[in-house]
Amino acid sequence: MTFNDTFRTAVFALRGNWVRSALTSLGVIIGIAAVIVMVSVGQGTQSEINKLVSGLGSNRLDISSGAGNQGGIRTGAGSQWTLTDEDGAAIRAQIPEVQYVAAGIRGGSQLVYAENNWSTSWQGVQPDFFDINNWKIAQGENLQAQDYSSAAKSIVIGETVRLNLFGDQDAIGQSIRLGKVPFKVVGVLAPKGQGGFGQDQDDVVMIPLDTARRRLSGSTSRPPGAVQQIAIGVTRAEDLAYVQEEVEVLMRERHKIAPGADDDFSVRNIAEIVATRTAATKVMSYLLGAVAGISLLVGGIGIMNIMLVSVTERIREIGLRMAVGAGPGDIQRQFLAEAMLISFGGGAIGTAIGVLGALAVSKFSQDLPVQLDWQVVALAVVCSVSTGLFFGFYPARKASQLDPIEALRHQG
Amino acid sequence: MKDTFVIETQALSKVYHPGTQAEVVALNAVDLKIAKGEFIAIMGASGSGKSTLMNLIGCLDKPSSGRYLCDGVDVSTLDREELAKLRLQKLGFIFQGFNLLTRMDALHNVMMPLGYANTPIAERESLAQKALDAVGLSGRSTHLPGELSGGQQQRVAIARAIINNPPIILADEPTGALDSRTGEEILDLFKRLKNDGHTMVLITHDAKVAEHADRICVMRDGKLFESEKTV
Repeated sequence: MTFNDTFRTAVFALRGNWVRSALTSLGVIIGIAAVIVMVSVGQGTQSEINKLVSGLGSNRLDISSGAGNQGGIRTGAGSQWTLTDEDGAAIRAQIPEVQYVAAGIRGGSQLVYAENNWSTSWQGVQPDFFDINNWKIAQGENLQAQDYSSAAKSIVIGETVRLNLFGDQDAIGQSIRLGKVPFKVVGVLAPKGQGGFGQDQDDVVMIPLDTARRRLSGSTSRPPGAVQQIAIGVTRAEDLAYVQEEVEVLMRERHKIAPGADDDFSVRNIAEIVATRTAATKVMSYLLGAVAGISLLVGGIGIMNIMLVSVTERIREIGLRMAVGAGPGDIQRQFLAEAMLISFGGGAIGTAIGVLGALAVSKFSQDLPVQLDWQVVALAVVCSVSTGLFFGFYPARKASQLDPIEALRHQG
Repeated sequence: MKDTFVIETQALSKVYHPGTQAEVVALNAVDLKIAKGEFIAIMGASGSGKSTLMNLIGCLDKPSSGRYLCDGVDVSTLDREELAKLRLQKLGFIFQGFNLLTRMDALHNVMMPLGYANTPIAERESLAQKALDAVGLSGRSTHLPGELSGGQQQRVAIARAIINNPPIILADEPTGALDSRTGEEILDLFKRLKNDGHTMVLITHDAKVAEHADRICVMRDGKLFESEKTV
């Protein structure tokens, strides 16, 4: 029997009982739609995380001065001034895989413009800082070489700061006070939105490192050239682990730390932190996938159930077909084709509903990121076909193994 | 001379549940030779083994021992798939209960075996229409079985049996569900098919029906006897 014949016979048989066929494929429709929506949400979350990783800089390292230990009381990382911008320069000079180095200090202060004021954190930065952190300038311009070398009182502000101080007004060229020091706004940063840990990344201002040192940092006990952290950008992400080791060796050498002694600095690899978070969302994706898979399984069992009923109902037909010359293979293919038509038809409708559902979720829900791509649809199609194949096989095999004499004699 | 027999059995036997308490010898060393173009009736009471013999001749079952050559092919060596192929090519079945597919019209019922024979789709309708013409149902091709009388349904079944032009047509109590006048018409149709070159094997318990055949065999307790026609 040709494929065409098998197909037509199966369509004819299904149409004869079309309500039952439709109800059976409903199981697959729901299963496939669930797979598509769930996997799309899972993937959307995943890609959101990936975006965060690249926003943070997946190929960056952060050195902070070590946790202090004063008479047994350990103080926070960065509380000791063990790093200097000389360390940064040495790293740039001696490790060729390093692309960017930016040493910095940070603090918090009150910003004032006219009658508006806003509390925010400031960063005293070196030029590479903007590349490492992937900051773009939305209005005005970035800090210039001139600003860095002359410790100019120029400031670049984040979007949140701009909104709170200036509202609808133009910020560029305006003068604002940071603490007691007046600064001129030269640029506004392009917004980054919420960070990976829920903080507002745009609530920040940047000034040249030397300006921060001279004008803002109140600490007087600080050694010259000291910084709180050094951010490093590596050219290729693959080199990250290697560069981390190189940096640690170089720093220990420069800080004259004896073998076995505690470091007075720590090197953090942000990719590692993010990896933990990614693993957590992966678990969520798997759970969503499992829920969808179970509903597909239930749909498949429905198909098997109905196919078994159908075989029993049509025993005489099977006997007759065998008598006129249908081989076991013909019978098996016919019932398998019916099961696969139910599941493939259900899969097609389910795919349409799933795609619409995923689009609806992405349109009406801000919290659930959705990413729909053709692989998910392909997965759904493969799932539906293999469901039909798997759950249709047993009933079809049962039909093909009927004894034609018994089948012809069957009453009912 | 062997080639002239379309059905040839040699010591054909069938034993159900061999070696157990329930052992039944349904067929005991039957030798039967049917020549091409014969119209033969096999008679017997129920339990005589005639159904078993029909199942074996119809390649629906395999013998416990002995040989069966169906149009020259030794059946005992074939598997289920090959038996199906043999039925497709060599045999047409006619049943007491017609066994039509109730959701298909007459034409599609007749066409059904052509799918298994891989006949090109374009040729099927005209072949089926010709078969319906041959059984005198030209105008009924779009009727469902439920819209036809018993005799007409049996004619559809006969058209289905001859559609692949098989050498042997096997009819199991074909008039059993029909009134006697309609039964006569069906038997007349059998004679015409015989004249067209089909070998007709008629299985019945009814002596009056068997009378229409050229040759009558009687099954009794699993054995086959030739019977003189009592004209």
